[in-house]
Amino acid sequence: MKKLLVGTALAVITTAGAAAAQDVSACLITKTDTNPFFVKMREGAEAAAAEAGITLRSYAGKVDGDHETQVAAIETCIADGASGILLTASDTSSIVSAVTQAREAGLLVIALDTPLDPIDAANSTFATDNFLAGELIGQWAAATLGDDAANAKIAMLDLAVSQPTVGVLRDQGFLQGFGIELGDPNKWGDETDPRIVGHDVTAGNEEGGRKAMENLLAVDPMINVVYTINEPAAAGAYEALKAIGRENDVLIVSVDGGCPGVQNIADGVIGATSQQYPLRMAALGIEAIAAYAANGTLPENTPGKDFFDTGVALVTDKPAEGVDSISVAEGMDLCWG
Amino acid sequence: MSGNADDFESVVKTSRSEAVAEFTSQKKGALARLQHALHVNPALVPLFVLLASIVVFGLLLGSKFFSPFALTLILQQVQIVGIVAAAQSLVILTAGIDLSVGAIMVLSSVVMGQFTFRYGIPVEISIVLGLVTGMLCGFVNGWLVAVMKLPPFIVTLGMWQIVLATNFLYSANETIRAQEIEANAPLLQLFAMKFNVGGAVFTVGVIFMVVLMLFLSYVLKHTAWGRHVYAVGDDPDAAQLSGVNVKSVLISVYVLSGLICAFAGWALIGRIGSVSPTSGQLANIESITAVVIGGISLFGGRGSILGALFGALIVGVFTLGLRLAGADAQWTFLLIGALIIGAVAVDQWIRKVSA
Repeated sequence: MKKLLVGTALAVITTAGAAAAQDVSACLITKTDTNPFFVKMREGAEAAAAEAGITLRSYAGKVDGDHETQVAAIETCIADGASGILLTASDTSSIVSAVTQAREAGLLVIALDTPLDPIDAANSTFATDNFLAGELIGQWAAATLGDDAANAKIAMLDLAVSQPTVGVLRDQGFLQGFGIELGDPNKWGDETDPRIVGHDVTAGNEEGGRKAMENLLAVDPMINVVYTINEPAAAGAYEALKAIGRENDVLIVSVDGGCPGVQNIADGVIGATSQQYPLRMAALGIEAIAAYAANGTLPENTPGKDFFDTGVALVTDKPAEGVDSISVAEGMDLCWG
Repeated sequence: MSGNADDFESVVKTSRSEAVAEFTSQKKGALARLQHALHVNPALVPLFVLLASIVVFGLLLGSKFFSPFALTLILQQVQIVGIVAAAQSLVILTAGIDLSVGAIMVLSSVVMGQFTFRYGIPVEISIVLGLVTGMLCGFVNGWLVAVMKLPPFIVTLGMWQIVLATNFLYSANETIRAQEIEANAPLLQLFAMKFNVGGAVFTVGVIFMVVLMLFLSYVLKHTAWGRHVYAVGDDPDAAQLSGVNVKSVLISVYVLSGLICAFAGWALIGRIGSVSPTSGQLANIESITAVVIGGISLFGGRGSILGALFGALIVGVFTLGLRLAGADAQWTFLLIGALIIGAVAVDQWIRKVSA
């Protein structure tokens, strides 16, 4: 009798659960919930979810690189009966088994910003074309220097020695845009062009940017072009240049398009930056999940690419001929963080 | 004993002179004398390694490295880690460890910046409040360790997370840009002020680091409080029995450590120009590295705080030297790792002198 009661109770609960699952829900899993980039991403997802009538649950790792929390979040989403997951993975290859589990359970998994390894482990990837982002600032720097580009002395301020893909793509894109022959495009540091003074790593923050810039200035104090992985690193590099009085004769370029970074263009700290759009990434991701939940439509890639390109634009107050760009004012309207 | 029952002194004096005479006469080998010298002055090893590495890189790289500019650049690059290492040394001398140093540093700098820019508080008061923030964090650490008797590793592991989370929640991870600080509150960048002496560049931050180290070195060697810090680190029970107030010494060490971290936060603003909540994430590990390479024993009670300065400089010399030599950045980490293990091995060997 007792068993029967429990069984009935369970059946009731399961039916109720199934009924609740009629309301579409989605998960957003980011690397951290402190980085303004991910904060903006969450805002975009929340707004789009509210519009589409989807329940959104957000999860985040404690720090960048926190893999376990992300796996636990995916498992929670599967148990929760969500229709889809938007994921910015901290560990792009290790997360694949958890992602496969989710896909087998019938969830749509979209990688946002950071492609998984392999990229087709997710149903789709919505991201910035980081190579193109690098290429734009490379072209801008070459066009701005004009004939002097042939004698440029370039400092490359990268992300980390482990060479994560986002850092490699931006770095190699910049070099290609500048007109430098690449070695293996899957890694940086194997180029032979003498115009490159050196590569150093910044961890993507001001402190690292300053130190890396100082190191490379010690190698060659006459550096006149500085590529940086993001705008905080660029701000740090600027401080190092200011300390030796060379802040006005060096061209600094960057990638990201955060509000402080765009403001730094107006103030002459950074020459140009490639702006990416986390808000749009998340909003499009939510729309894709809504479509999938409604009739099983799968998102399609941008023609010619193995991911869906969410766009990138060059922001500068000194447009160069032959390179499309938007003004600082337009950049400020679209910036994040 | 006869005549005066209170005359303990004479017995102690006679027996002590005998013991010391025998001890020194037995061991006179060169190695033993070296071991003894290192035991008396543990900062000698890192000082030697530092000078040797400067000479080696100087020979390898020539004037590119052996210039006033490059050598003072190293000082600027290690100033933050150096100041934090001073705080770390104090805690490690009491046989503790402080994992929250970097977080306290960043929170203090964020308080200084946000109080000035968000609430419009005069910058001088914001800086004082930032320093007080550091001291408060240190006090919580010290109280939990001294009064609640929790292990320092656990306490500061917890405080590291708490302080860092507070930092991110409070600042919303927003950076205050260098240009705004320069225009509205240049006092925050005080530590970036520099002096040129024939190609050598000294900043206020560098001078602060060196003066702080010398001052603490004096205090630890020549004041009662300083000797108490060593005593507590060596054997808290013995110190207690000898009349040292172990609790108040421990709390004062953590409060002072918090204050020094807050100063490091101020210096950090000078160094990177802006107030950035994401900085200094590795300061705890880097400061422990400097302290260990500097020959300060993780078991407490032994080591010279100047060793920590040398330890930080050794890391700086290796980093810049290897970069100038064109080596992959990974080689730096590999060599630093070897240095850490080497330093602890030497420490264990020195300890045998007292065994």
